[in-house]
Order: sequence, then structure tokens, then C-alpha cells
Amino acid sequence: MNKMKELSVNHLLGIKYISEEDIQLIFETADHFKEVINRPIKKVPSLRDVTIANLFFENSTRTRLSFELAEKRLSADVVNFSAASSSVKKGETLVDTVNNILSMKVDLVVMRHPNPGAGIFLSKNVNASIVNAGDGAHEHPTQALLDAFSIREKLGDVAGKKVVIVGDILHSRVALSNIFALQKLGASVKVCGPLTLMPKHIAHLGVEVEPNLDRALAWCDVANMLRVQNERMDNSYFPSTREYVQQYGLNLERLQKLNKEITIMHPGPINRGVEITSDVADSNQAIILNQVENGVAIRMAVLYLLASKIKNYD
Amino acid sequence: MSQKQLLNSSEMTVTLQRLACQLVENHTTFQNSVLIGLQPRGVALAERLVEILKNDYDLTDVEFGKLDITFYRDDFRRSGKVLEANTTEIPFVVDGKRVIFIDDVLYTGRSINSALTALQSFGRPLEVELLCLIDRRFSRHLPIQPDYVGKHVDVINEEKVKVNWSEDNKENSVILIDE
Repeated sequence: MNKMKELSVNHLLGIKYISEEDIQLIFETADHFKEVINRPIKKVPSLRDVTIANLFFENSTRTRLSFELAEKRLSADVVNFSAASSSVKKGETLVDTVNNILSMKVDLVVMRHPNPGAGIFLSKNVNASIVNAGDGAHEHPTQALLDAFSIREKLGDVAGKKVVIVGDILHSRVALSNIFALQKLGASVKVCGPLTLMPKHIAHLGVEVEPNLDRALAWCDVANMLRVQNERMDNSYFPSTREYVQQYGLNLERLQKLNKEITIMHPGPINRGVEITSDVADSNQAIILNQVENGVAIRMAVLYLLASKIKNYD
Repeated sequence: MSQKQLLNSSEMTVTLQRLACQLVENHTTFQNSVLIGLQPRGVALAERLVEILKNDYDLTDVEFGKLDITFYRDDFRRSGKVLEANTTEIPFVVDGKRVIFIDDVLYTGRSINSALTALQSFGRPLEVELLCLIDRRFSRHLPIQPDYVGKHVDVINEEKVKVNWSEDNKENSVILIDE
């Protein structure tokens, strides 16, 4: 018989709430799904009796497409919802919105929301499995999983690797989830960026701040370049984009100064010429498009493992 | 819990050789035929058959793949347990090929049904045959029958048939476990 393993949680709300074993199980399952999505017919019937609602209260292209594709390749029924065109604008509460959708017999909810903790709140108030697809500046667990999965694929293992996350750490849910995931898998993590964009208590996470990009690059095996999130810049965190580019933009010249080849990642969407130049983003060292491909496999694995815990037939 | 041996090691060797011989009878040079072992337990049987075809019949390049059916099972979320997937490796084009499915024990036929669905993701085979070492007769839930059988056994539902493989093939056996 095959071994029986399952996730320790019923929802994926953040990397903080899952164990290293959970992450490894998701990776092993994603390995198999990666093979599936490279077949001539990229679809399996596993979730043909599962209905999934994608609730996006905040804009997203990549993550939403990736989730939708993952759901469809597992044969789930999918309903999409975006806040811009919904009754949320008419003043409906989150719990009401979701319960209305659940009364249409939805088993699983994938949600992106501008408020940190929205997924956790929902998981306590509605009867469905919740997958957090990004909640404010809190967590974005599937992004962290696909990032770590891509490092594992490129470098063989995550344990023992040195990863620097560069850019706007303060507003970044990708950074927080990445820090949790990488540390659980045994990597060491530094963050790099303007001190105005560093969270106050970052040291409590066991993460060192390195304000100098060149020193950070010399130290690391992997550099994860975050996007400058102009839409979240409610203050002047740095004097000008030009100055940010000079200090924290990754370009070919900086890479060539290193006497080693590092792996470059970016969660997308890229501001070309700001945090990363085009020649670097399109180079062989960048695994940005692999990250996107792995995103579908990781999300298939997460949905498959969570769905297997929903018992409809007891 | 009691155990009873259905086949011992030397009986299994004879049976494996007969099965290989029957395959050669129908597929001669295996030019357009491929073997696919079903994960997890059919693969060990398939590997041994490939070995015999190579050593005794000089068929050195028989194409051989592994198919995992976990994501195609019809009892997902019904069985109360999560099943872990195994590797699928089909390093050839299935389109137009004569496929031989290989599994150790044929019981309800549901795995084979799932395997037929899974195989569709790799193309349209010319035909699909089924080889199994043990056929548990009268226990089928679906109209599926094997083309090559090592041994037929009549077993009641509570009993379990287990095939044991040893590395050197000297301690292979098929046992009946009454739980």
C-alpha cells in the first residue's frame, strides 16, 4: 500500500501555521503534478466533485490565473468573483458575502483580500477550506511555497542555502511568507533595502538586515528581487526612483562583479529598469518564468491535499 | 491473523517465465508494443518480465513505463485516507502502440479502470491488454478481465493477497493473509 500522509491543517492561511513536514509533502505532491502538467493532456479528474470559489477583493493577474489553471487541471468546478463588480460595493460584510457563495455548495475558497488576517477571520466564521492568496501585508503562502520549490529545483535543496530578499520588505507579504518558509526549510535569510522599508521588528524573525546590496549579493546564493509597490507607497520612503535604482536595482554590472553565479528570482510583475534590469531578468541566472510554471504545480498540490481532507461522503 | 502460501519462489519463477513466453507469442519482436507497470506494485513485476525478455528472448529494447493512478482514483475523498502519489514515467509515445498493462493482483478492476483513464492523457493506444500475476476471481466490480494470468485464486473479501518480491528473486512468494 502507499503511505498515508496528510496536511496538519485544514486551511492554508500562512506559512507560519504549517510545519516543515507539510511543506515537504506539498513539494513531493507538486513534483508529481509538475509531471502531469507536462503531459500532452494536462488534466486529472481528482477534484471533479469539488467546487472552488476564487474571491479576489484585490487586483491580481498572475495569482488568479495560476489558481484558476490549477483548479481546472484538477477538474474542479470554478467560480470567480472580483470585488470591483460585486455587492461588496453595496456594503455587504465579508462573512455574508462568503456565506452566500457557500450556500451555493462551494467546498473550497481561495481568497485575496487587502486586510491582513482576512483569511484567518474567515476560517473561523465559515464552513469551508480557505486558501489565502494574499492578505494585505501579512502572508502569501503559495508564492513562498513556489519560490522555495523553485530554489529546490534549481539548487537541489533549500537547506543550507543563503537567500537575500531585496526591496520593500515593509509592505511585502511575499517577503514575510518567504522568510517563514525558507527558515522552516533550513535556509538562512537576509533582507536588503532602504531602512525606511524595513519593518521595525524584523530582527525578531531571526533575519539580518543588510543595507548594502553589493555586500548582500556577495553573501547570497539566491537573490529574490521584490517589486517596488508604488500603489502601497503612501509616504515618501525613498527620495526618488532614480536613487532607488542606483542603490537597490540589480543590473548586469553588479552581477559581473561577483566571482560566482547566483540565482535571481522575482515574484512578478517586474518593473523593468527599477528593481531589476531587462538583461538580468532575461538572463540564464533568472528563474522567473520557472517560478510561474511551478506556481501551477504548487497550487495543484495545495488544493489536492486540502480537498482530500474535506469529507463529503461520510 | 493467519497466512497461507499460494505460490513459492520456484513456482513464481516458472509462472513468470510462462507469462513472458505468452507475451512473446503475441507480440513477437515488441516492435510496436510497450509494457506499462502500474504503480506501486505492478512495477516490480514488470521489471522482472523485462529482465526475462532480455535474458531469455534477446529482446533488449522492450519499451517499459510506469504509470501512477493516484490522481485518477474513483475513491478520492471517499476512502477516508489520503493516498500518496508515485512517479509516472512514460518515456515513449503511446499513440498507436499496443500497450500491455502489468499489475500484481487483479481484484475489483477499479485500478485498471483508473489506469485506462490515466493512459488517455498520453495518447490513443492501438489496443490495451492486461497481464496480472494473481487474478482474484468472482470479485470484480467492473467488466474487466485479464489477458494473461499467473494464477487464478478464489478468495473471500476479508482475505488479502500479497505478493512479496526479493532483490535476488530467491524468496519471492504470494501469500494469502486472513485478517
